[in-house]
Amino acid sequence: MIERLSTSLKRNKHSYLLLAPYLLMFVLFTVVPVLMSMSLSFTYFNLLEFPRWVGWHNYERLFLEDEVFIIALKNTFIFAVITGPISYVACFVFAWMINEMSPKVRSVMTLLFYAPSISGNIYFMWQLMFSGDAYGYINGFLMKNGFIYEPILWLTTEKYIMPVIILVQLWLSLGVSFLAFIAGLQNIDKTLYEAGAIDGVRNRWQEMWFITLPAMRPMLMFGAVMQITSSFAMADVATQMAGFPSVNYAAHTIVTHLMDYGSIRFEMGYASSIATVLFVLMLTINLAVQKLLRNIGD
Amino acid sequence: MIFAMLGLVAAFMAMPLVFAINQAFKPLDEIFIFPPRFFVRNPTIENFIDLFTLLANSWVPFSRYVFNTLFITATGTIGHVIFASAAAFVLAKHQFRGRNAIFTMIVLSLMFAPQVRDIPNYITMSWLGWIDNYAAIIVPSFAASLGLYLMKQFMEMIPDALLEAAKIDGASEYRIFWQVIMPLVKPAWLTLTILQFQALWGTEGGNFIYSEQLKTLSYATHQIALGGIARLGPAAAVSLLMMSVPIVFFIFSQNKIIQTMASSGMKE
Repeated sequence: MIERLSTSLKRNKHSYLLLAPYLLMFVLFTVVPVLMSMSLSFTYFNLLEFPRWVGWHNYERLFLEDEVFIIALKNTFIFAVITGPISYVACFVFAWMINEMSPKVRSVMTLLFYAPSISGNIYFMWQLMFSGDAYGYINGFLMKNGFIYEPILWLTTEKYIMPVIILVQLWLSLGVSFLAFIAGLQNIDKTLYEAGAIDGVRNRWQEMWFITLPAMRPMLMFGAVMQITSSFAMADVATQMAGFPSVNYAAHTIVTHLMDYGSIRFEMGYASSIATVLFVLMLTINLAVQKLLRNIGD
Repeated sequence: MIFAMLGLVAAFMAMPLVFAINQAFKPLDEIFIFPPRFFVRNPTIENFIDLFTLLANSWVPFSRYVFNTLFITATGTIGHVIFASAAAFVLAKHQFRGRNAIFTMIVLSLMFAPQVRDIPNYITMSWLGWIDNYAAIIVPSFAASLGLYLMKQFMEMIPDALLEAAKIDGASEYRIFWQVIMPLVKPAWLTLTILQFQALWGTEGGNFIYSEQLKTLSYATHQIALGGIARLGPAAAVSLLMMSVPIVFFIFSQNKIIQTMASSGMKE
């Protein structure tokens, strides 16, 4: 057994050597942390003392006693259910529209749509637009035109916080999946459409369903993973726009809850259980959606 | 009709960017005008001058922040491109035990947010003595999974015959990787460069960097933006400078990126 292993190691020596640096770091900074997080979630751990085993206690506390977590869970789902599908469809629809244009216009439009997701600290501009005083651009506009008489406190009024954040998140969300879709559309073999026409594809919808979408299935899968992950991990927009913590936790998400316990309260065991819930949630939904997407065009 | 709609959405997407540009060139009295105006009337570069005076007087020299960001971005990007390409080459072209398991793990890691790893990573970093050290940001970024995924899919379309030929000519695996494969996948590693650059350019140092001397440009500019009303002008100027770098980078590499994602593409 050991002998067989060692000959196999020797034979593939170069493969392992080339793979080693990446794999080592991947294991150290991704695989081990996930496993560690899962085991720490069953302990009480404050970074100073050695972790103490507490069984399912953290999870019981999370789901039964922690009202803020339930708010965070609800918010995360609302965010994800709205922004996830909309941004996914938007990525596809815009990529599809842009694809019909001349190459020059296409690259300008691609840049325009992709730019928000790479412009980094642009939140600051949105903050100015939604600023709660009369100097805020939205308020200024609405007041000047007589829609309202007093400035609206966009980012500190509970009912406005979510819509504003969703808007900003959608604006930011045409990222790498958008690029992948553009690439996918450009790469579809044109003869497929001719073959389709002969086989009785009559209108553009049929063309879309039977030819375009199946040809792009790998990209669609990739895009789905990216959009789901980023919509469930939503935290930056919320903290930048609505502050941390937001008014009455109106913009609290699982990730901000994790930040709260992990980097402010240092309850590492409890924070790890939040991380584990997030991990399981994302993985389950990603795998479920992938299964769904496999049926496209059948 | 479709074009009108697309134009409208494009205008919405561009609005904050156009606004950022206008804001950066506004003189102070225009920033505080009521009702507020979107477009600048008398453009001035005063904000940029203010910004540089502000930065020249800061406690840590501004050049230090620039160096920190450039250093982190450059090493993180180069390391990632080399290590991820080498690993992708092996996963795409070599047959060995555990290959599928390793790749499955990497694909799974695309499916969850990096925040899941934050706490254990902090513990690992303190154990390694990397708290308050560039390494805590740079080294983990070498193993980013998106880059490896794209690279592997791209490399799979290189014909095996080419590698066989090189092998018969007596090239070692390392030479094949460095002198045959890498030149062939130029669009792919340009893509990796851009993606990694974008990810690192905006880093603020997260939970790992505490010394002011080691903080990044993004952190410093964030502080300026938080300076409140008195600094709205310089803040707008600095935002514009920060965001223009990745955008300019993207303008020059757009075609290669699309090409990487299109060719061979992502297989299931």
